[in-house]
Amino acid sequence: MTDATTAGADVGPVTTLATPISLDFDFTPGVAQSRFLKALATGTFVGQRCPVCTKVYVPSRGTCPTDGVATTEEVVLSNSGTVTTFCVVNVPFAGQSIEIPYICAQILLDGANVSFMGLIQEIPTDQIRMGLRVEAVWVDDADLTPSLASIKYFRPNGETDAPYESYEEYL
Amino acid sequence: MAERCAVIGVGQTHHKAKRDDVSIAGMVREAAKMALADADLTWSDIDAVVIGKAPDMFEGNMMPELYLAPALGAVGKPMIRVHTAGSVGGSTALVAAHLVKSGRHKRVLTVAYEKQSDSDAMWALSVPQPFAAPLLAGAGGYFAPVIRAYMRRAGAPDHIGRMVAVKDRLNALRNPYAHLHLPDIDMAMVEESIMLWEPLRYLESCPSSDGAAAMVLAAEDAISGSNPPAWIHGTAMRSEPTIFAGRDQVNPRAGRECAADVYAQAGITNPREQFDCAEVYVPFSWYEPMWLENLGFCEQGDGWKLTESGATAFDGDIPWNCSGGVLSSNPIGASGMLRFLEVAMQVRGQAGEHQVDGAKLALGQAYGGGAQFFSMWVVGSEKP
Amino acid sequence: MSAPSGTVRPVSVASFAQSPNIRRDDQRNEVEGLLPVIAEVFGNIGITKDDVDFICSGSTDYLIGGPFSFVMALDAVGVWPPRAESHVEMDGAFALYEAWTLLQEGEIDAALVYSFGRSSLGDLNEILTLQLDPYYMAPLWPDIVSLSALQARALIDAGKATEADFAEVASRSRRDALANPKAQVAKDVAVDVLLQDPYVVEPLRRHALPPITDGAAAIVLAAGDKATAWSERPVWISGIDHRIETHALGARDLTSSPSTALAAQHAGVADGKVDIAEIHAPFAHQEIILRQAMGLDASVTINPSGGALAANPMMSAGLIRIGEAASRIAAGQADRAVAHATSGPCLQQNLVCVLEGA
Repeated sequence: MTDATTAGADVGPVTTLATPISLDFDFTPGVAQSRFLKALATGTFVGQRCPVCTKVYVPSRGTCPTDGVATTEEVVLSNSGTVTTFCVVNVPFAGQSIEIPYICAQILLDGANVSFMGLIQEIPTDQIRMGLRVEAVWVDDADLTPSLASIKYFRPNGETDAPYESYEEYL
Repeated sequence: MAERCAVIGVGQTHHKAKRDDVSIAGMVREAAKMALADADLTWSDIDAVVIGKAPDMFEGNMMPELYLAPALGAVGKPMIRVHTAGSVGGSTALVAAHLVKSGRHKRVLTVAYEKQSDSDAMWALSVPQPFAAPLLAGAGGYFAPVIRAYMRRAGAPDHIGRMVAVKDRLNALRNPYAHLHLPDIDMAMVEESIMLWEPLRYLESCPSSDGAAAMVLAAEDAISGSNPPAWIHGTAMRSEPTIFAGRDQVNPRAGRECAADVYAQAGITNPREQFDCAEVYVPFSWYEPMWLENLGFCEQGDGWKLTESGATAFDGDIPWNCSGGVLSSNPIGASGMLRFLEVAMQVRGQAGEHQVDGAKLALGQAYGGGAQFFSMWVVGSEKP
Repeated sequence: MSAPSGTVRPVSVASFAQSPNIRRDDQRNEVEGLLPVIAEVFGNIGITKDDVDFICSGSTDYLIGGPFSFVMALDAVGVWPPRAESHVEMDGAFALYEAWTLLQEGEIDAALVYSFGRSSLGDLNEILTLQLDPYYMAPLWPDIVSLSALQARALIDAGKATEADFAEVASRSRRDALANPKAQVAKDVAVDVLLQDPYVVEPLRRHALPPITDGAAAIVLAAGDKATAWSERPVWISGIDHRIETHALGARDLTSSPSTALAAQHAGVADGKVDIAEIHAPFAHQEIILRQAMGLDASVTINPSGGALAANPMMSAGLIRIGEAASRIAAGQADRAVAHATSGPCLQQNLVCVLEGA
């Protein structure tokens, strides 16, 4: 763009201008997510049920996405669930905190009607499969906080794989 | 009642990994000036400007229509900025079409772009948010599990994704504007490329591109230029929530209903027979068979068979992504508009080496978010 | 450049709702904040989401510091079965414009428009700096209050207004806001007292600045039979237009607003007597510029809601002006009103909407 030769220094055309941007934000989790996060601090998953369609959301953001109404009834969920589908992440990117390759799976907790994405460990990446039964591994009690960091990861819980038909509608 | 609307000018940049020879303004002007020249118009002939792009954090420039207004000749005119995630390039064109169809304006310039090299889209997509489940590695990490679910559901063999990856890159060799030109591309080369998000390999994924696309849309009594117009026969948008109980992520209802809407407007009952070609948003190879089913080009579960048969290849009976598609050029915000623009080029007969002989009717599709936002249009060489 | 052609299809502002405007909602997230607003905008006229054919929203990612903030907000509506839906990265007033355009085609009869924004999560003054030219201006981090102060200074230097005039606008706005239960800043303070305020950035004293606000708003637009079925006295949009100016502040006369004047002309502001005007002027001095650009004389009641000086929820403050103006016509307090929305530094982009009672 700009030719800097007039300045005497032969630096060539200016093609890049680095302008670092740093902004800080204070997030508000909201009423429903606060309940979910507080439950994480006790090593428990808590979902919320839609009063219209009766489906259980975890984590709920406070509304039922299909009915557009507040989810209010709390439902304590199992520590175990089923891997509905997954991928093995082998791509490095800025801010990554896990060593590649790692397994990123959709996990349907028992009692919930939506899956969420979680990290799977304690199984070789070539043995991960759809239908695998898994359980959450929590950090030590002293380290539990109202955050997703309380969940270390999920690992196989030793149960027989769930049949495809049992989770097909969640794909 | 709605006015007839046509594409009378198209323009795009040569898509590249890094356009460090131009600013964002310079890049969008490149596409816009080309579209104006195609329509034989100048900036002053334009009544309104509609601009779209993916998240502002991709370049670190908030609400960039403000900065770009003078560069796009918008001063003193209405200017609208659309953002509907990955489908934005398509929906931006649709908003422009509505400005004409409503009788509001005679000639509208619509532009979409992304200058991914100005920031880091992977970072912007995976920016840590304390309460949201981490996306765990960009768009590929989100879509790869859905692709696995499709493979399981349809019983599709592994090589289908590689076939699409090869087919679209071969098509790109016919398109001088495409980012990726890989003359040696073949199944083995795809298979040897690094596995990024298993089951997706590097060459089954879209590149990260800088680029822009632009079109001039006009009312029937404002047609100009020496190239024939591409008439808009139908437009549709549909959205559904990202996550909900029982959501079919492999074959989203919003996509099926969006297609049904646009087909009804355009009189399409058999898309595979009636369309001469289609440009469909396929950022990861497997989305070709998935969208073949979603868009009704075949029965459920048969998408991969259509791909395998070669029907969607350049010399097939229903060529998809003759331009090379998103797999060959991915300036994210512009990628959807490129689909819409490419089908306009096809029915105008100006697609050069990747022209489908005698193309008269074609479908452009874009999707975004968690495969939840859809925009589509049908264009034809004949007046609707 | 052609003028808008053809006849305009009558479209009514059938319902309006807004959240309470507050400094920081530390209880609810965006979706939870929006949910009651959507419920209210439908409930006002006894309809549901199934009665609208199109949805369009306005918001911006930078307020929340993450991409796709509009995506999750959809969960406050419940877009299932799938809906025709669109989003602008602009104030909700521009989303209303997009919806109004679709209604002009005559194929649909009702639309939901909503907007939301939480200005409290980050440093708004810094965030808005990112709206500036990313190569030549943003890297210098000139903040929006300072840029607005440059505009105010230009106005004083041109002899078009005084600091007392700014205080007059602020005093009136905050006093009128006492009657607005949704207002964030409402108080009766005399001009001479306000003029004792220290400067934030000279010549702008604290009272001339907008508050920082979390809030959301929604409007239902209706045409045809739905417009008459949903309102006893429909409030019609008789004209709407918007225009943008150059980004280069040095190339603009900051003491005038030609884009507002042009939009007002195309919207037909001068075609009849204006009873009230709801003007989106985040800074006190901007009301003076905008009023002049729209040709509003002393007979026009300006910002009876208190305007953006009483509550300035980013991305909604413009849409709220349309809702407030329409509400006053619906209540029989006015027959013809003007609503205005702005975007960008120093009033770069402006929308003008003329509303009329039946």
